[in-house]
Amino acid sequence: MPFTDLVKEFETFAFKDYFEAVRPGDVQKTLDRVDARTPLGRQDLLTLLSPAAKNFMEVMAQKAQQITRQYFGRTIGLYAPLYISDFCSNHCTYCGFNTSTGFKRTQLSLEEIEREASAIFAMGIRHILVLTGEAPDKTPLSYLTAAMKILKKYFPSIGLEMFPMDEDAYAALTAAGADSLTVYQEVYDRKIYGEVHPRGRKADYEYRLLTPERGARAGFRAVNIGTLFGLGDPMGEAFIAGVHAKYLEQAFPHVEVSLSLPRMTKAAGGIAPKNLLSDKGFVQCMLAWRLFMPRLGITISTRESAPFRDRLVHLGATRFSAGSRTDVGGYVVHTQDTTVQFEVTDTRSVEAVTRMIQESGYQPVFKDWEMF
Amino acid sequence: MAEDVLILGNKRFSSRLFTGTGKFASKTLIAPMLAASGSQMITVALRRVDPTADQGNILAHIPETVTLLPNTSGARTADEAVRIARIARAAGCGDFIKIEVITDMQYLMPDNHETLKACRILAKEGFVVLPYVMPDITVTQQLYDAGAAAVMPLGSPIGSNRGLEMRAMIQRIIEVSKLPVVVDAGIGRPSQAAEAMEMGADAVLVNTAIATSEDPCLAGKAFSLAVMAGRMAFLASLAGTRKGATASSPLTGFLRE
Repeated sequence: MPFTDLVKEFETFAFKDYFEAVRPGDVQKTLDRVDARTPLGRQDLLTLLSPAAKNFMEVMAQKAQQITRQYFGRTIGLYAPLYISDFCSNHCTYCGFNTSTGFKRTQLSLEEIEREASAIFAMGIRHILVLTGEAPDKTPLSYLTAAMKILKKYFPSIGLEMFPMDEDAYAALTAAGADSLTVYQEVYDRKIYGEVHPRGRKADYEYRLLTPERGARAGFRAVNIGTLFGLGDPMGEAFIAGVHAKYLEQAFPHVEVSLSLPRMTKAAGGIAPKNLLSDKGFVQCMLAWRLFMPRLGITISTRESAPFRDRLVHLGATRFSAGSRTDVGGYVVHTQDTTVQFEVTDTRSVEAVTRMIQESGYQPVFKDWEMF
Repeated sequence: MAEDVLILGNKRFSSRLFTGTGKFASKTLIAPMLAASGSQMITVALRRVDPTADQGNILAHIPETVTLLPNTSGARTADEAVRIARIARAAGCGDFIKIEVITDMQYLMPDNHETLKACRILAKEGFVVLPYVMPDITVTQQLYDAGAAAVMPLGSPIGSNRGLEMRAMIQRIIEVSKLPVVVDAGIGRPSQAAEAMEMGADAVLVNTAIATSEDPCLAGKAFSLAVMAGRMAFLASLAGTRKGATASSPLTGFLRE
């Protein structure tokens, strides 16, 4: 079944009623299945995201920690984002790069990209995530592939978080050296999606929804998806995101699938978050996902605070960004006067994050991929 | 007991416990684990080696007395595995290579077909090839013909700690293989390692269970003792440990046509 049909199935599902009907005994049954190593189904995921599961968080956490250590070891992968352009023609009502927010747009030249790359490499980072806004006329494929060739000199792994493209464009980018793709649906709830993406390219819900699949077919070896918490009902969104991840894992066995949990922070010119996800809710999502998908990558960005990230090391996270700058040219090229996509909360250096991971009894992993 | 060594390529191994470098809380635990366990061969994923890092370079943590077994983790085809093996040798990692060709990221199941293709090429180029495979007696014979140095059937999925779920298939491979059999993947407890050795495996490779334990040195030692115990039991021909045909026929060998 195509994922678009699967999402439609849940459009009429009464999440609220279902979540409230979950009893402690149901949670216990799901946890017994974890102990018996029986793969969990969608109903189990719903159960673990319910209010009733909140009373089982400690036992969920212990199981999640054990499973994560078994499959990923005592390690946390590290990466840093590189924003190369903040030109954007989208109208996302919640985003600092929204086309109608009046700030001076910036785009790095290839020479500037190399200076940023060199600075990030010097920080010890070997896996990079390259980001742009959505303005294909400003950042055409030729510019992006040229950027890949420069970045490849420094980084054995290059991830992309740009705008949805067709399969051919993705194939050109993987051929140029990119190996992983990040694309967030932002919100799986179709109605809210329409409200917060009123016009432009991004208003096409289904094209975005099928982007990870196009990427997987085009040769990306890793795909990272997520929902932006703060738009739709958090637990309903977490459920669909989990189902989406599982769908990708089954449909593309050669692809490593990860989930992120971006929580909205107030960006310049953006709307305030509607459905705030608490720290407890955040951890509940992570734990539920981990028990649902033992091999799922879980990526945590610097949107989250240092003390909170320190705890997440033990709760199933597999990848952290570190030393991040979320403005174009933020590492060395431009040191002020640019606009950030979101405020970094964990402002520690790569060295400080490395130390924290080591002190937590985990190994920071700078390199775990290279396509020879 | 006569000296009991395993010969692979031109090297002699008195320890039949092979180990791995992944999943440790710190790379600094690897050398002490090797010392405590006596393991003489350790596998390392070339994709995780960063020659531009100093102390961050995993190779700096492996003593020279231990044989390096680079693996082709990340390869999805025979071509990719061959390329990784050549790079490993050019980078000074020696002639040993563990072929891993995996297209299923969920259970990390090997692709026997591509693995065999890579083995044919690499053995011709003089590599000491240790292929990681699904237990299959036909493939075992084909790997022998292709010039492999050993066969490494999985006990159960990598990292699963489930032990010898493939017991019946591995048993048969041990019975018919002309190559040394190294049980790789899925061994979660020393008792399971001992069981594989009692069955007649020539060696076992254990990584996850050692690396993710609370005390990798102690766990390495425990596995080492278990491997020795299982090996001794096999050599002593404890009742029931030899399930296959024996080479000679002490009771009826005198009969002639």
